[in-house]
Amino acid sequence: MEQSIRQTWAFLFRGYHLTRRYLSWVIVFNFYALVTSATVALIGVAAGDYQLTLTLVVGALLWNFMSTLYNEIAMSIAYERWEGTLEYTFMAPVSRFVHLLGISLFSLCNSIIQTVIVLAGLLVLTDLNLSGANIPGVLITIAISAVAFVGLGLIAAVLPVMSPERGAEATHIFQGSLLLVSGVYYPVEVLPRWLQPLSALSPATYTLSACRKLIGIGNSASTKEHLVSAPLSAVTHELVVLTLMGAVLMPLGLWVFGKIETWAKRHGKLKRTG
Amino acid sequence: MKYSAIKVSHLRKSFRRRDGFRKTSQSLALDDVSFTVAEGETYGLLGPNGSGKSSLIRILSTLLIADSGEVRLMGHSLPAEQKVVRRIIGRVSVDAAFYKKLSARENLLYTALLYGQEPRAAERRALDILERLGMEDTRFSAPLEEMSRGMQQKISIARALVINPPLLLLDEPTTGLDPKSRRDVQAFLEELRSREGTTILLTTHDMNEAERLCARIGFLAHGKLIAEGTAAELKRLAHTDTLDDAFIRLTGEDLTSDQDSLAEEVVVEEV
Repeated sequence: MEQSIRQTWAFLFRGYHLTRRYLSWVIVFNFYALVTSATVALIGVAAGDYQLTLTLVVGALLWNFMSTLYNEIAMSIAYERWEGTLEYTFMAPVSRFVHLLGISLFSLCNSIIQTVIVLAGLLVLTDLNLSGANIPGVLITIAISAVAFVGLGLIAAVLPVMSPERGAEATHIFQGSLLLVSGVYYPVEVLPRWLQPLSALSPATYTLSACRKLIGIGNSASTKEHLVSAPLSAVTHELVVLTLMGAVLMPLGLWVFGKIETWAKRHGKLKRTG
Repeated sequence: MKYSAIKVSHLRKSFRRRDGFRKTSQSLALDDVSFTVAEGETYGLLGPNGSGKSSLIRILSTLLIADSGEVRLMGHSLPAEQKVVRRIIGRVSVDAAFYKKLSARENLLYTALLYGQEPRAAERRALDILERLGMEDTRFSAPLEEMSRGMQQKISIARALVINPPLLLLDEPTTGLDPKSRRDVQAFLEELRSREGTTILLTTHDMNEAERLCARIGFLAHGKLIAEGTAAELKRLAHTDTLDDAFIRLTGEDLTSDQDSLAEEVVVEEV
């Protein structure tokens, strides 16, 4: 047990020191995340519609959190390949579960910090009032959906293992597709009819739907000064779907990763590239 | 007779590569390779680039799965017992693969944690190894990217040894090093073998290094183990005065030449 804790800590230790050494890039990425989120949120401010502003702010914040979490996990293998350390990580006596748990925990910490920074920036740049919002309910929903996103990230992380060149590109295509179909900034009903069924497969769709209800967006009783939010029981359907997705995607991600690792070892795909 | 720390029997590994839309080519990296290394012995594998040395080290390091044949390390079979094997091997590759922005200390502590070791004890051991390799401890906190290739390779050796493995796999550890660093590394490996009885498998294309460090040597060319024995036995077998000439005579290859990494290439139509 003590050994597994040290091994998990190894990935947090590595992530912390890499963040420290690449601090200027971390600042740039956080600045860019804040500016893009603010740019979207200010569309609502310009329209003079606080409900639209809140819809866009929630979309920007949650997408920022979920995409960072997904991206950090999905790209972790690609980063190691670029650094040239992938073989050393894979030949260490650390179980793949502990390895991926360590990566996921660091990614989670990173996502939370980045989202808090973006939230702070949006509070400064827009006239946001969240009084009346069911914040504990939102945090519970995010915690449940994080499991599903970690699972998605694990599945996507195998792509750079399979194809050193194309894998990293494919993870971004997948991420972009989630942004398109999940109703981050608009209702999924505006999508072409043939595309709408895909939104039901994205965990982000349910997370966004639940969080908007819990904040009080779309509730006719809400005002700019005071939001009337839904109780947690009103989003039971979304929470059940997210729990099921997490329960399926997390073990599926680990299983897929194990299979692809064996395949990569048969075909010599763990070698350094880039 | 000591028992075999490394036992490789009839090992075969090929790679398939797509060449265009309908064709694939198959390269034979290792072709029926068999050898044993006794506990505490230093065994050298000599061969030019593309001869299969790195593929062999990768199989022993649990990073590649062979097509056929048997590999046993300290009695443990691969790939079935890879979890146990990973605890008993240390590896140094030709490229010092590190997080270059991190310091030597951070890289070594990361490795120690990855192997579930107590960080402070691991740090003391790493400092001791680096001191024996002739490195000042003031460099311990400097980012790897600021270090010379020789220093990076010394850190790489410290990384392999910080976990105290009974079996060390060295893939061209002195390639590209300046003469002083090469001498430091070679002296350290000699000391390691005599002090701690570590079993070492060393791949190199430096004949002098092989002759100095290895009790026995195997000649690898085009994925085949052509001959093996002590340096004296190999020279006698080839009727030559130098190991360099023995290699050329027995394998028909020059160590300085690059073999096509797709040795024994067979182009096949994809079905």
